[in-house]
Amino acid sequence: MIPLSHVLLLSMILFTLGAAGFIIRRNVITVFMCIELMLNAVNLAFIAFAWHRVDLNGQLFVFFVIVVAAAEAAVGLAIIVALYRNRGSLAIDDVDSMKL
Amino acid sequence: MDILLLLMLLLPLGGAALDGIFGRHFPQRLVSVIGCGSSGLAMIFALLAAWTSHLGPDSPAYVHRYFTWVQAGGFHTDFAVYYDRLTLVMTITVTVVAFIIHLYSRGYMEHEGGYYRFFCYLNLFLFMMLLLVTAASYPVMFVGWEGVGLCSYLLIGFYFPKKSASDAGKKAFIVTRIGDAGFTVGVALLFWAFGSVNFAELFPKVGALALGDQERTLTAACLLLFLGAVGKSAQLPLYVWLPDAMEGPTPVSALIHAATMVTAGVYMVARSNVLFVHAPRALETVSAIGCLTAFFAATIALTQNDLKRMLAYSTISQLGYMFVGCGAAVFASGIFHLVTHACFKALLFLGAGSVMHAMSGDLDMRHMGGLRRKMKITFWTFLVATLAISGIPGFAGFFSKDEILAAAYNGLLGKPWIYWLATVTAGLTAFYMFRTLFMTFCGPSRVASELEQHVHESGSKMTIPLVLLAVFSIAAGWLSVPKALGGSEAFDRYLQPVFGASQNLLASSAAEAPHEANELMLMAVSLAAAVLGILIAWWFYLLVPTVPDRLAASFKRLYRVLVNKYYVDEFYNWLVVQPMRVGSEKLLWQSMDDAVIDGAVNGSAEVTADVGGILRRIQSGYIRSYAAWVLLGAVVWMGYLLLR
Repeated sequence: MIPLSHVLLLSMILFTLGAAGFIIRRNVITVFMCIELMLNAVNLAFIAFAWHRVDLNGQLFVFFVIVVAAAEAAVGLAIIVALYRNRGSLAIDDVDSMKL
Repeated sequence: MDILLLLMLLLPLGGAALDGIFGRHFPQRLVSVIGCGSSGLAMIFALLAAWTSHLGPDSPAYVHRYFTWVQAGGFHTDFAVYYDRLTLVMTITVTVVAFIIHLYSRGYMEHEGGYYRFFCYLNLFLFMMLLLVTAASYPVMFVGWEGVGLCSYLLIGFYFPKKSASDAGKKAFIVTRIGDAGFTVGVALLFWAFGSVNFAELFPKVGALALGDQERTLTAACLLLFLGAVGKSAQLPLYVWLPDAMEGPTPVSALIHAATMVTAGVYMVARSNVLFVHAPRALETVSAIGCLTAFFAATIALTQNDLKRMLAYSTISQLGYMFVGCGAAVFASGIFHLVTHACFKALLFLGAGSVMHAMSGDLDMRHMGGLRRKMKITFWTFLVATLAISGIPGFAGFFSKDEILAAAYNGLLGKPWIYWLATVTAGLTAFYMFRTLFMTFCGPSRVASELEQHVHESGSKMTIPLVLLAVFSIAAGWLSVPKALGGSEAFDRYLQPVFGASQNLLASSAAEAPHEANELMLMAVSLAAAVLGILIAWWFYLLVPTVPDRLAASFKRLYRVLVNKYYVDEFYNWLVVQPMRVGSEKLLWQSMDDAVIDGAVNGSAEVTADVGGILRRIQSGYIRSYAAWVLLGAVVWMGYLLLR
């Protein structure tokens, strides 16, 4: 059997990579992919616990997360399209007009 | 009786309200009807009250309480009237003189602006003055006291667009304030010591004390009360406002600064005679200050050239006489001089007003001369008043002044130096009054030729009051002919119930026998002083007119000191006014107000703005920094939850 800690470690690494990418990357779509990566890392953690504790609730929650991720991706991509149409750029740094 | 007094008080107040609020729309005739009418009715009610009061020699004062004013723990005072023979004398004097002056003002103010405002203030003043003299307690008297001060300010500054007038009004109010502060503390002291400020309770309590009981408290209280009188009645050192008060219209000078308001201090001392008698040192102070003031003002009057200012200094001097009388415990004589002075001083001022009209507003006596040829009535009435003030027998001033001088020499609290100084002052008074008369009315005319045709006698609205007052200036004197001349001293005996107890108290404690001098001799001495003064004035201004100028040239420095009024105003300016201005400007305005208070308020606003300026950098619109913050916050929170 694979020790739980291994799976959790993988989940942590994925999450950290996603968080780092979310902060570092410039392209909006790349940032979105990092967000998805973070969500999937969390999914992995849920699965790991569900498998380890033999509890179906963990797996159930994953479904919820996937649904939310999907909806969020849909809305977010729509926003990105609108943003690109207005600014002609996919650089996240260019979306800075809501400042004091 | 209470209705009569209430009406006497309220009618002038009503007249003031009517004229003040609606007078702008009234024709001049209506304004003067309301104004003179309310003052005339007040006079009638005063006389009626006097007639129906039936105040016998033994009857107590009539006290009527209208309503409770203050009831705070042990302190209780009502809006009430205290009517005894002294009140009777004062109300009649005040209302009669006020009415005559109201009539005169119809003529004098006819072509001046603000006609309705003038009568409004004049009526308001009458109300306040009557309140003062009928008050049954010190707080109510103080209401009247402050009220007449207010009206004085309003009326002195009547021509307020003129800076000197508004300045004079302020000066009067502020200087008398100093006295008022003393008055208030004195009243508070009386309450603290005796538990009451109402005359009907306080005077019997103090009267029952033996001489020497509570002397220090009473001396302090009386001196403080006298400080109020020093301010209000323009004695040393708070007299400086009165000469400047001549900026007001002449009827104002006549009514307020000659006949009535300035005499409020004398009335107050007389009313408080029970208190003062138990504090002989206070009485000595009163007569000393009165005497010094009388002499001091008389010396200044010797060299003044402005007609009204002369009369102002003469008023200060005569008020000094009244205080000498009160201080020598012959309160009745002080009041008697108050009454006679009201008549002839008002007459002098109204005459001056008449002259002012004729001279198109110029008051410099050096530009006058020979006016009697064209202004007969004014001249003759002015002469009567001048004779009265100089103390010539037959005219009012002689009898009243003489009683005071006799008491100063003979009396229980009399002191010879006061007598001699007062007699010299009497001589000076005769001199400068006749100097005024001669320079203004007699001799060759020095009037500028373009003004010459305008010189005319005033209309009957102004001359009839002059004649009335002239009659009083003669008749009033006969109210009290001294025993030495075979008279009955009716006035003194009339006021016996008010002052008698005090005088008996003093008599019973007289340690040494007073100087006995023949009253006739004293009379002769003062008469000689007066005649000498008149003769010298005649010599200086009619016989050999160059004498004054030669004297002024030989004693140049003395002359300059006198003409500049001993530089007292300049001294006060240096001592009080400038330090206050500099202090206010540099210390309070720039340091405190600007730097500290504005600094604190503006400073806190600036700090807030700066902090906000720093904080707003968080909202940079830079999405990645938002993301970083969220991440950081999440990490910190998770860490806290996991590690606690």
